[in-house]
Amino acid sequence: MQAQLDKRKSPVVNKVISSVSEAVADIPDGAVIGIGGFGAAGTPYRLVLALAERKVKGLTVVATSPRQFESLIQSGSVSKVITPFARYADPSAPNPLLEPYLKGKVKVEILPIGTLMERLRAAGAGIPAFYCPVGVGTKVEKDKEKRRFGKRQCVLEHALPLDFALIKAHKGDGMGNLVYRMTSRCHNPVMAMAASVTIAEVDKIVEAGQLNPEAIVTPGVFVHRVVKGEKPPTNWIYRGIRMKEQKT
Amino acid sequence: MNLQPAGLSKDLICLRAAKELKPGMYVNLGIGLPTQVANFAPKGVILHSQNGVLGFGPIASEEEMDWELVNAGAQPITLAPGISFFSSIDAFAMMRGRHLDVAILGAYQVSEGGDLANWRMEGEVLGAIGGSMDLAYGAKRIIIVCEHTDRNGKPRIVKRCTLPLTGKGVVNTIITSLCLIEVTETGLELRELAPGVTADYVQKLTEPKLIMSSKVKEMEF
Repeated sequence: MQAQLDKRKSPVVNKVISSVSEAVADIPDGAVIGIGGFGAAGTPYRLVLALAERKVKGLTVVATSPRQFESLIQSGSVSKVITPFARYADPSAPNPLLEPYLKGKVKVEILPIGTLMERLRAAGAGIPAFYCPVGVGTKVEKDKEKRRFGKRQCVLEHALPLDFALIKAHKGDGMGNLVYRMTSRCHNPVMAMAASVTIAEVDKIVEAGQLNPEAIVTPGVFVHRVVKGEKPPTNWIYRGIRMKEQKT
Repeated sequence: MNLQPAGLSKDLICLRAAKELKPGMYVNLGIGLPTQVANFAPKGVILHSQNGVLGFGPIASEEEMDWELVNAGAQPITLAPGISFFSSIDAFAMMRGRHLDVAILGAYQVSEGGDLANWRMEGEVLGAIGGSMDLAYGAKRIIIVCEHTDRNGKPRIVKRCTLPLTGKGVVNTIITSLCLIEVTETGLELRELAPGVTADYVQKLTEPKLIMSSKVKEMEF
């Protein structure tokens, strides 16, 4: 017999929250938060804005670049940043992290993206630490335990658990299952795994059973709240997109 | 009289680099000048971008662009038959796990021993490692494309990098506005010269002593 979805059975779980401000209402001062996105795509713009409006203090923010959390820098909410891009990808763009960093208000840890991703995955997968060849012989290896495996020298990297993850998906259901749209997927699935509480901003909320179970990218076990967002302002989206080839 | 050869334009550097790519190769192009290699890459080269996309089409026009379809350099790209999307975990497994045949990266400095510095500029306080270290340690072959000298006219090819490193001993080939150099176990070997450029001239603008290959020839496009 072929498996069939019994549509008469309705799920008892409902993770849908009615507003972005309600979704971030309990994030405390000093929390470690991961924010998804690579450029504008995949950034939970409305959740980050709602958190900035609460003017929490002392956050440690884990994200690709300042692009994901500009509003949190402006609200003075950030005291530490763990990021691969401690400026915009375009080095000529004004860097919002520079002044708070120079004044000692924000600490910055710069690390390779792949290592950051794997540290998040490790946290989500119950692996406390792992050896990685990336960064050997560079500033990245500073103060880290090293070990050789065959011909490859490696550094010990530790899992990076998050208190909260703010992520962006295309569609989500009440069970917390998520699908993404094109390159908006990026870091969002791994941020979801790494956090104690994952909050997903989605373009569309659907009934459980409407997403193709074989196409679900992030299963609901990793997602605690689902909230409908709105498309970010067009000028914010376009500011980061380079239509012309970059000058070097 | 001070006659200096102009050397290759950025387009010609990219055109020469594109000749290293063959159909069926999986290739990552770094942010900046390397992304322009895509304009000259032969058909059938499969481009990888670290934000989770493989096999994408050319840069999108303003009419075609979709803000959720971009490469790692934030340029809008296009859908092509066979394109796939995946999370950053898979994107970096492809890099670190040696699944990519070639990565073409930019450089502030490259050393005699193939060390690469490309994440913090001279005088910069913070900087951007991005995915460059993951590529430097992961791709099977690293090709550098850059101007031969920096904006102050100082050599980019140096005995020892003074800027913070992206990777130690990771570079295989350097293609500059003046020449093509292979990093070998015995040092930097000059293989090709841009049209009108002499080996003496390249050596003057290069800090370490170059090995003059018996095979040195004029660059072809």
